[in-house]
Amino acid sequence: MSNFETVIGLEVHVELKTKTKAFCGCANQFGAEPNTNTCPICLGHPGVLPILNREAVDYAIKAALALNCEISRETKFDRKNYFYPDNPKAYQISQFDQPIGRNGYIEIEVDGEKKRIGVHRLHLEEDAGKLSHLEDGSGSLVDFNRVGTPLIEIVSEADMRDPKEAYAYLEKLKAIMQYIDVSDVKMEEGSLRCDANISIRPYGQKEFGTKTELKNLNSFTFVEKGLAYEEMRQERVLLSGGEVVQETRRYNDATKTTTVMRGKEGSDDYRYFPEPDIIKLKIDQKWIDRIKAEIPELPDARQKRYVEKLGLPEYDAMVLTQTKTMSDFFQAAVAEGADAKLVSNWLMGEVSAYLNSNYKTIDQVPMTAQGLAKLIQLIEKGTISSKIAKKVFKELIEKGGDPEEIVKAKGLVQISDEGALRDMLTPILEANKQSMIDYKNGKDRALGFLVGQVMKQTHGKANPKMVNKIIIDEINKL
Amino acid sequence: MSRINEEQVKYVADLARLSFTDEEIKTFTTQLDDIIGFAEQLNALDTEGIEPTTHVLDMYNVMRDDVVEPSLPREEALKNAPLQEEGQVKVPLIMEAD
Repeated sequence: MSNFETVIGLEVHVELKTKTKAFCGCANQFGAEPNTNTCPICLGHPGVLPILNREAVDYAIKAALALNCEISRETKFDRKNYFYPDNPKAYQISQFDQPIGRNGYIEIEVDGEKKRIGVHRLHLEEDAGKLSHLEDGSGSLVDFNRVGTPLIEIVSEADMRDPKEAYAYLEKLKAIMQYIDVSDVKMEEGSLRCDANISIRPYGQKEFGTKTELKNLNSFTFVEKGLAYEEMRQERVLLSGGEVVQETRRYNDATKTTTVMRGKEGSDDYRYFPEPDIIKLKIDQKWIDRIKAEIPELPDARQKRYVEKLGLPEYDAMVLTQTKTMSDFFQAAVAEGADAKLVSNWLMGEVSAYLNSNYKTIDQVPMTAQGLAKLIQLIEKGTISSKIAKKVFKELIEKGGDPEEIVKAKGLVQISDEGALRDMLTPILEANKQSMIDYKNGKDRALGFLVGQVMKQTHGKANPKMVNKIIIDEINKL
Repeated sequence: MSRINEEQVKYVADLARLSFTDEEIKTFTTQLDDIIGFAEQLNALDTEGIEPTTHVLDMYNVMRDDVVEPSLPREEALKNAPLQEEGQVKVPLIMEAD
C-alpha cells in the first residue's frame, strides 16, 4: 500500500502495587484524599533519608524475569533532575545506566503471525505527583499522594512495524503484569501509561527516519489510532518534499489527530548523577532464583497448554489467556469436569457478551466457575435444553447460585418422557393438521413451525430432539 | 583559559528556573570557572582500570520492609505552601499542551 516502512517503539510505565511507596512508609493507595499520604521523605524535605522498599525491587526483578530480561547483578540508582511542580524534590530517583533488566522480549501475535518484540531495558524509579488544572485558568493544583510510588519503566526495542503490533504488545505486557500480580495495570487509573515513538523510512533503507513521540495515549485504542494517524501524517510530509521534525505530539481523540506539544524547556538535560542516598544493590543468583520460583505460568505457556492438552483452537486459547481472571475462571470450570471446548464457547460467547455490555470483568459477577460448569453439564445430560440454559444462565450470571436449584425452583427441567410428550403433542398436532400434510408434501419448513408450536406451549421445556422424532412419527402415520 | 562561558551559566540557571542580573551572571561565570578548575586537578591522576565510584559507602542492599507507617496530617504537609485550595497546593497554571 505504501512505500514506507513504519518503525515503532514503546515506553511503558507500570505502577507497582506495593503497600508502601518506593523510598518511604507512606501508603501507596489510589484514590485517597489529596495529600494525605505524604511525609518529609516523599515531600523532599532537606536532610531526610529515603530507604529502598525491598518489595519494589522484588517486583521489578519479577517483571524483568517475566519479560525474559537479563538481570543486572549490580545496580544503582541515579538522580534525574528537573523542575516541575509535580516533583517536590526537583529530582526523580531513577536508574540511568544500570537498569535492573535488559535484553528481554515479548511474544505477540497479529493476524495469526507470531513475532518477538525486544525489551531494551526495564528499570525501577519513582512516580511524580498529580497535577490538575483549574477550569477558571487561575492555576493548577498539586496532589502529592502519588509522589514516590514505585514504577517500572519498560522500554521496547524499535521492533514494531504496525500500530496493530503496538496494540498487541501492550495487551501482552498488561497480561503478563497481571499474571505476576505486580500491578493493577489499569490505564484509567494511571497504573499503566504509555508513550510511543514512531518514524517511517522508505523500504530497504537501513537508517531510521526522524521520529516523533506521542503522548496523552490514554487507552490501547488511542495508542493504535494515534500511531495510525502519525504514520499517515509523516508519510504526507515526506511525499510533499518536507522533513519530519523531531518533536513531542499529543493525541487528541476528539479530532483523531496529533498536534505538536510545547516542550518543557531543556527537558532533555536531566543531568543524571548517582543517587548518594541509596546504597547500591547486589542481586545474586539466590535472590533471582527465589523470585523465579514465584512466577506463575504465564499467558504464552497457558495458551500452549490449552491447545496441546485441552484441544482448544489457537484462537480460543489466545482469547481466554488475555486476562488472568478469565483464564483462571476457565481452568476452574474445566477442573469441575466440564468439557473444555464447551466452557470456552460459553466464556467467549454468552459470558463475554454479558460482561462487555455491563462493563464488568468475570471476577465482578456472582456466577462461579462451578456454576458455569454445572450449567454446561445439565445441558450435556439433557436435563435442560440449550434454549432453557440461556434463561438459567441469565439468572446465574446476575445472581449466582446453583444452576440445578435454579432449574428446579423455576420448573425448567426438560420434559424427555416420551409418554408425557405424546400426551402434550396430541392436541397441538390435531390443531395443526394442515402443517403435517404440508410437510409430507415436501414443505420442509412446516416441521420447524410444528416444533416451534410445541416449544411455545411447553415454554421451551420439551426435549426438542424427541419432539422432532414424535412429530415425524405422527406424520408418517398420516 | 576559561572553561565556562556566560551562555553556559545562563543555560544552567534556566534549567534551575533561576534568573540573574548581568552582573550576577558575570560573577557566577568566574566562580564556576574556578570551581571546575579546582576539580580539574583530579585529571592529573591515572585512573586507568579503576571502576568509577558510584557511592562512597562500600555497602550493599540496605532496604526496608514494605510496611505502612503513618503519614503527615494534611495540614502539616501543606503548612509551608503559600497557596492552597481543596487540600492541594496551588501553583501557577501548568499546561503541557499548547
